[in-house]
Amino acid sequence: MALKLWASSTANALKISCSGAKTSPFLPFSISRCFSSVLDGLKYSSSHEWVKHEGSVATIGITDHAQGHLGEVVFVELPESGSSVSKGGGFGAVESVKATSDVNSPVSGEVVEVNTKLTETPGLINSSPYEDGWMIKVRPSSPTELDSLMGPKEYTKFCEEEDAHH
Amino acid sequence: MILHRVRDGLPLMNLVSLRAVPILQQLHLEERLLRSSSDNWCIINDGTNRPNIVMGISGRPSELIDLKSVLRDRVPVIRRFSGGGTVIVDDGTIFVTFICNKDAIPGLQPYPHPLMSWTGQLYKDVLHGFGDFHLQENEIFLYYMYASLTVLDTYFTDYAIGSRKFGGNAQSITKNRWVHHTSFLWDYDIKNMEYLKIPSRAPKYRSARPHVEFLCRMTEYVPSRSTFIERTIASLGNHFSVKPIHQDRVIDPSNTLHSSSKLLTRQELEEAYSSLCEKLHIAAISV
Repeated sequence: MALKLWASSTANALKISCSGAKTSPFLPFSISRCFSSVLDGLKYSSSHEWVKHEGSVATIGITDHAQGHLGEVVFVELPESGSSVSKGGGFGAVESVKATSDVNSPVSGEVVEVNTKLTETPGLINSSPYEDGWMIKVRPSSPTELDSLMGPKEYTKFCEEEDAHH
Repeated sequence: MILHRVRDGLPLMNLVSLRAVPILQQLHLEERLLRSSSDNWCIINDGTNRPNIVMGISGRPSELIDLKSVLRDRVPVIRRFSGGGTVIVDDGTIFVTFICNKDAIPGLQPYPHPLMSWTGQLYKDVLHGFGDFHLQENEIFLYYMYASLTVLDTYFTDYAIGSRKFGGNAQSITKNRWVHHTSFLWDYDIKNMEYLKIPSRAPKYRSARPHVEFLCRMTEYVPSRSTFIERTIASLGNHFSVKPIHQDRVIDPSNTLHSSSKLLTRQELEEAYSSLCEKLHIAAISV
């Protein structure tokens, strides 16, 4: 397999974290994937979803680490507004590189809005995972569930450890 | 904490060997085992009972199949629960599916590319010595937001002999488990390929070739179906302690719990055909 690396500019100061991995035995020429970003102000789940709690609404999506590992997203399956989600339970799926991957909700509650732009432009999850690529907005039924999620530093370390074990 | 079963230091894998089971039933079984079992499974279905078109989860009939001929000949069309492209399968197809816990294979991350690399290596071992088998590499760009960095890497995605594909695969990944399933073209009827359009999203190496120039038959390279199946099971034995399970213990056609794979209705296909004709400003011919 061939590996080429281009850098168009150095990583900027926007919270670049290293979730670096040693060379994978399954990808002989792979490099450390240490460029995924983690943002302040968000909480993170161990299945790589993020949640932003503002007032009575929690916005949910998948992290930069997740979208980088999944590859180009070509299809997104989302729930209906008004449906219920449970902490740790699946609410939808993304399709990338011949694979569907479940997306899980970090909190329980009622879906109040879904990002309909993802139907026509699923790639927003790749290009803007924390902003335009948001997936659902939920009215949390138990806001204290957020306390058990990881903060940015903890999530960064989690990703590093996960990649290091593989 | 879930304790996974181990024998002789290797994780256990249940092996279910089927013959000519309908593909929709196979897909229902796979999804049920993915979502409601904590064991590792290998399902081998040697052929399926009749030709079926099987699309991936996001498949749109108007883009992927020749609706007029499919409606005329009443070919069943299924949308499966995994990603990926469209295939037409029949009794010349050999299906091999792995359903595993995410930590079943040490060092393997449950993401599409690592899974395809692992399974690709397994089949490379299975088919070693038969033809110029190799894994077709496709270039894939991966990038991370804010890093302004483009990483180009290549991954194994297709199974080919020379530049001709003989196996298509797809995956479904949940929080703690994954499925990787492959349909191998042991043999095929050229006429059946005419039901499929050339997809708009295709790997570079396809070079816009029609199906008959892009595909090949395993029967021209491997002595027998049983040789391929036995070697696959033997290769699995390097990673798992394989335990045969009789199909009666798992097959339950009435149990469609967790089954999102579905057969498209004739009405759905007819509506897709009418919409397509309207879009192309041509008259829809009654089929």
